[in-house]
Amino acid sequence: MLVRMDNLRVGFRTPQGVSEAVRGVSLTVGQEKLGIVGESGSGKSLTARSILRLLPGSATVTADKLEFDGIDVLSAREGALRRIRGKRAGLIMQDPKYSLNPVMTAGAQIAEAWRAHKGGSRRQATKAAIDLLAQVRIRDPARVAGLYPHELSGGMGQRVMIAMMLAPDPELLIADEPTSALDATVQADILRLIEDLVAKRGMGLMLISHDLPLVSHFCDRVLVMYAGRVVEEVKAADLHRAKHPYTRGLLECLPSLVKPKPQLSVLKRDPAWSAPQ
Amino acid sequence: MSSTRDWLLTDAPSSRRQAAWGRRYRRWLQFRTNGLAMFGLTVAVILILGAVFAPLLAPQNPGAQNLAMRLAPPSAQHWLGTDELGRDLFSRLLYGGRVTLGMVVAVVILVAPIGLLVGSVAGYAGGWADRVLMRVTDVFLAVPQLILALAFVSALKPGITSAVIAIALTAWPPYARQARADTLTIRHSDFIAAARLTGASGTRIVLHHIIPLCLSSMIVRMTLSMSGIILTAAGLGFLGMGAQPPMPEWGTMIATSRAFILAQWWVPAIPGIAIFVASLAFNLLGDGLRDVLDPRQR
Amino acid sequence: MTASMIAVENLRVRFGTQDVVKGVSFSVPRGGSFGMVGESGSGKSTILRAVSGLNADWTGRMEIDGVALMPKRGRAFFRRVQMVFQDPYGSLHPGQTIDRALSEPLLVHGIGDIETRILRALAEVALPSTVRFRFPHQLSGGQRQRVAIARALMAEPEVLLLDEPTSALDVSVQAEVLNLLSALQKSRNLTYVMVSHNLAVVAHLCPMIGVMQGGNLVETISAENLRAGRTQHAHTTELRALSVELEDPEEV
Repeated sequence: MLVRMDNLRVGFRTPQGVSEAVRGVSLTVGQEKLGIVGESGSGKSLTARSILRLLPGSATVTADKLEFDGIDVLSAREGALRRIRGKRAGLIMQDPKYSLNPVMTAGAQIAEAWRAHKGGSRRQATKAAIDLLAQVRIRDPARVAGLYPHELSGGMGQRVMIAMMLAPDPELLIADEPTSALDATVQADILRLIEDLVAKRGMGLMLISHDLPLVSHFCDRVLVMYAGRVVEEVKAADLHRAKHPYTRGLLECLPSLVKPKPQLSVLKRDPAWSAPQ
Repeated sequence: MSSTRDWLLTDAPSSRRQAAWGRRYRRWLQFRTNGLAMFGLTVAVILILGAVFAPLLAPQNPGAQNLAMRLAPPSAQHWLGTDELGRDLFSRLLYGGRVTLGMVVAVVILVAPIGLLVGSVAGYAGGWADRVLMRVTDVFLAVPQLILALAFVSALKPGITSAVIAIALTAWPPYARQARADTLTIRHSDFIAAARLTGASGTRIVLHHIIPLCLSSMIVRMTLSMSGIILTAAGLGFLGMGAQPPMPEWGTMIATSRAFILAQWWVPAIPGIAIFVASLAFNLLGDGLRDVLDPRQR
Repeated sequence: MTASMIAVENLRVRFGTQDVVKGVSFSVPRGGSFGMVGESGSGKSTILRAVSGLNADWTGRMEIDGVALMPKRGRAFFRRVQMVFQDPYGSLHPGQTIDRALSEPLLVHGIGDIETRILRALAEVALPSTVRFRFPHQLSGGQRQRVAIARALMAEPEVLLLDEPTSALDVSVQAEVLNLLSALQKSRNLTYVMVSHNLAVVAHLCPMIGVMQGGNLVETISAENLRAGRTQHAHTTELRALSVELEDPEEV
């Protein structure tokens, strides 16, 4: 297992006391595609980011167990964490505009990521960068390597981000809403690309999204989170057989192109869903 | 007491007034946690109170000369000693605060609205209005502040009023630049577009929607530049272009006693320390206010 | 053409040297809804901003209720046409209470009776009256979008322009807002133009849909034909396939 998480809790200190955003999440990730779905504030991003301990400074994290490939993340030193972050586990974020350095060319950024983990000469790194850009299916990698982030389209930027994350050959890829800033046509391409790369390289994938149909389409297993807790785990293929009223509600309130509904059904939130078990 | 607190901190205020006070109280709670800023606020309040109540607090008449006691070191009778004419330094310091701090307040009151208006109009209108207003601003920015003020005062007649006007004339450009920069960042936001779609006029949008958002950074800038204004006022006083003797003003006090800096160092040092403390207090206060007021920090 | 509430003919919008909207024509009957879909940069939002009067730099002909629009709009225009923006976090003034945001259109147009109108508006969009004196940051995204809709309706317009009104919201909130929009349309006989990248959302609210690509309206299709897959243009077919594929993988 790549990731083992047992009873993860993430809290934030506020003037009114500690408010818990993640309340006892347990999960494992192997060489598979795991989807985590939830609405804003469900704690899905915090759960995934706590694996890399990439949380805001005001957050407090506790867990009975939080391991990446047997390494205890919570007690690990910053140095040991750095060997995981970006090297053994990559993070793809929502908007490439904000995660790329605006004053460095795409190629230089990938080359830098490659050199930081693999060493080697500048020329080797540049070659590797172009090779990686080709792997994320950019048609003219040598030209794109010389472009600055503002010269890239959204989809292209996200491909560069992915190429950067692939540079050190990670074992786990965490994709946090990787396509929600992109157009539908580009979104499908990027997800197919991620899917292929994961299969080819034998990586684990955690796909975090608010889009339940999208996630179930691309993952093996889906965790549905509500108010800091996993309310249901389903095999992606069995999504339409989901039992929890929240999951059902999420599916039913979507407008459908194929089956028109005069009125959309509205999710009625049951306080019992967020009550401690 | 706790009911007042609940009234202020409620999530569902029931009137405009309650909502506004609630927000102020939250900011105060946040400000209170900043030790340095609280120190700055305390010192600034003490200085201002000292200046306001100078007639009650001062042990002696600030103009009363006693040549027998000139240049006396601090003692029980003269807490901070006396100057070259035997006047009580502590009393002069309190009265000097009225002049110096009064000048600062006058400058700020003159400068902030001008800068705010020029900047926000330039930023919102854009085009030639922006170009004209900003070039004028640049001209004022290009000339060193003290020299422009000096030239202006010597054209009028030396005195507090002309010093205030001179400093105000030279101090507004940074405010205008700041207000313009703030306006540019919010000009294209959706809520300004929504305000335009209500059919509101440009004047209404600038006054009701843009200026309130520039106000917080303006207040911060004001407190931060207060120390600079004190120093400019002191500089003018020192050069004999500001307050005229025998009027006690901190800068002038240093200027007239500079001959004694080696033998009776406390005579020029005490107003110097006052200037330093006031500048520091306003700076700390400004830093603290920025943390509370600047929406970008949240 | 006289029966339509909105008529747009050969609308062109230029940004610098680039044509962003290259001659678009469509019309919407009174009380009807017209949806526009397309990818980012296709020009759909630009059309909305030109109709709303936010962008005065256009050529062509636009009519509201038979009256031609000038680049500069008078106050009367803004009583008839209002807009709801995509991002409810950005479209409300951060320093103004909900009360202030809702009273602003009334003050501008000199409409009296502010107190009762605000309470009625809050009730109409199903917000509790306790939110009235709160600030936007104290509300959830869905509540803010309700406030934005209430504000747009304050001056009792006849046309509502909706720029991706639900794409910043969670799906459960999206359903509530879409239901609210259809209810309001019925009760007030509003005319909608809705822009979205989500085909299912547009088809839910609008019987007629325009597909934008690269500044051109490449196809105007009824929701019924779109559902049935009777598409004419390749881009429409592609967008439909992507939407259906996610919705129901077995069907493709």
